[in-house]
Amino acid sequence: MRFFLRRFAFYAITFWAAVTINFLIPRLLPGDPVSALIAMNQGRISTDAIEALRTLFGLDQDVSLWQQYVDYWALLLRGELGISFTYFPTPVTEVIQQALPWTIGLVGIATILSFTIGMLIGTGIGWRRGTWADSLLPISTFFSSVPYFWLALIAISVFSVTLGWFPASGSYDRSLVPTWSWEFIGSVIYYGFLPAMTIVISSIAGWILGMRNMMVTVSSEDYVTVAQAKGLSERAVMFGYAARNAVLPQVSSFALSLGFIVGGTLVMEIVFSYQGIGYFLFTAVAAKDYPLMQGIFLVITLAVLFANIVADFVYGVLDPRTRQEG
Amino acid sequence: MTIDTSIVEEGEELARPSQAPATGVVTAAPRRSSRGPRKFLFLRNSKAITGMAILGFFLLIAVIGPYIAPYDPSARSDDILQPPSWEHWFGTTHLGQDVFSQILVGTRGVIVVGFVAGILATTIGVIVGVTAGYVGGLGDESLSVLANVFLVIPQLPLIILIAGQLPTVGGVTVALVIAITGWAWGARVLRAQTLSLRRRDFVEAARANGERTWRIITAEILPNLTAIIAAGFVGTVAFAVLSLITLSFIGIGITGEWNWGTVLYQAQSQLALQRGAWWWFVPAGLCIALLGMSLTLINFGIDEFVNPRLRSTGLNAKSLRKRGIRPRIGFTPVVYEAKEDRS
Repeated sequence: MRFFLRRFAFYAITFWAAVTINFLIPRLLPGDPVSALIAMNQGRISTDAIEALRTLFGLDQDVSLWQQYVDYWALLLRGELGISFTYFPTPVTEVIQQALPWTIGLVGIATILSFTIGMLIGTGIGWRRGTWADSLLPISTFFSSVPYFWLALIAISVFSVTLGWFPASGSYDRSLVPTWSWEFIGSVIYYGFLPAMTIVISSIAGWILGMRNMMVTVSSEDYVTVAQAKGLSERAVMFGYAARNAVLPQVSSFALSLGFIVGGTLVMEIVFSYQGIGYFLFTAVAAKDYPLMQGIFLVITLAVLFANIVADFVYGVLDPRTRQEG
Repeated sequence: MTIDTSIVEEGEELARPSQAPATGVVTAAPRRSSRGPRKFLFLRNSKAITGMAILGFFLLIAVIGPYIAPYDPSARSDDILQPPSWEHWFGTTHLGQDVFSQILVGTRGVIVVGFVAGILATTIGVIVGVTAGYVGGLGDESLSVLANVFLVIPQLPLIILIAGQLPTVGGVTVALVIAITGWAWGARVLRAQTLSLRRRDFVEAARANGERTWRIITAEILPNLTAIIAAGFVGTVAFAVLSLITLSFIGIGITGEWNWGTVLYQAQSQLALQRGAWWWFVPAGLCIALLGMSLTLINFGIDEFVNPRLRSTGLNAKSLRKRGIRPRIGFTPVVYEAKEDRS
């Protein structure tokens, strides 16, 4: 239990830090872009919304910093993130609500797929090291150093523009009405296939390499030799003894590299014009829509934290040592 | 260019104290040790050599790129959207600009930001990591929480958030922002290693001799961390390059200055994909991939240098078969095994 309590405290601190960074950035950086935006939209924004924006971006110079901080938290806890300028006058929370399911669906499924497949391939390569399987390593090195979005560009130019197999942008057929019909779901899968495949291909290399190196290290441990000596089948030793232990550091590094992966996949959404968080972040940056940018940063951080908690839980299940009392 | 010799020297130093963790430089297969003096061992690693060569090439381009570029990268011409030819090796853009020149000129920006960010982030990482590992106790707890917080918070959105709100963004600013967000990984690894070094006999001996803490850290601990610091530096440079290019690609960042990301940004925004202008975005991407790969290869070299288990497995299938060895589990062709102690 202590393990989980410690982790929980850590996530609380991280959340606090993310919110505080979000609070400080517009106050520390030079320039005051938001008041210009407010002035530009004078008369169109309700006084309540102006009030919220002033609190979010620290425009109330007469209030002490501490008071600003307290107000900021109060606003966040009420779930208010201001209004978006690009999608005026929609509140930021609503914009994010529309975008979030798409991102979680695409990035979530693709990341889990790539992790699982990467683990399996890595196990295989690590087990048969020194054979032809090692020749996969340089290829995966190449893919791990290419930026995600560039692979996306290549994928579009090959599969959409040249071959015409998949649509180059969007997340579903615009002529369909979003409902839970087979037709619509099929269209979502059809449109999501290329982005998802690109995410899998570009992120899988890291998992393969990590797992392979861990397998190499673990497979020379004594307990693997003992398992072999007992006459267990190759498969039982590979998965039950070597991979079982090699996967532990992978799960914790999964948690830590999640932020990096999410960052890369957000850019992917931009290339595919996939209507997720990343695409909205891009439009927000282009339109200098600061409330939306900040809101998206907070939501992404929250999502990554949540995924970390899940990874911790899985780790606790996989590794009995963490459950040890004392 | 200066980096390769420094890593070799560092590696050599790492090998010297017998208590150093898992260095086991002597454990190289005997066939190999007959070739050349031991201090070039790092350079005998074919991965490291390849990586160094590619990196050296890009460093050279970064220096001479603007002088050897055949055209002004921003100059327009009448050759609009031309595929690669002898006049324009990588073709031209929608304004008739020469893509080859853009990439040559843009190399400098990428390399400078990458290395500045790498140096800054590594410095922060060393300070935080070594302090945390050496001090221990409450200071360690709070510093590692700090590092972990920065690891968990998604870096790219944070970089976008900061860079997007700055009124003007120059190369150094981008490097600074990347360094502030990207130091945590190195710090984490260094902390773990310092923690395991702290109780080694040679450190205890220095402490018993009454050495000052400062001296113990700089003279006893840091030399043993050099391989890890070098690996962390290389990794951070790769991260910084990717971040810079991603930033430029989504249109944040240094305006009016060429780098590979801005080439890609223009290609994307001018619908190079739909126009079938593959020459516009393929070369820049390949350059990024090559640079990234060279850094990864150098890191592999360092890894295999430090961890003999990985090194022996780095022998390729052919050379193993030549020696009549069939690779199996539980089998590590190290001559005499160095104890694995990398907690």
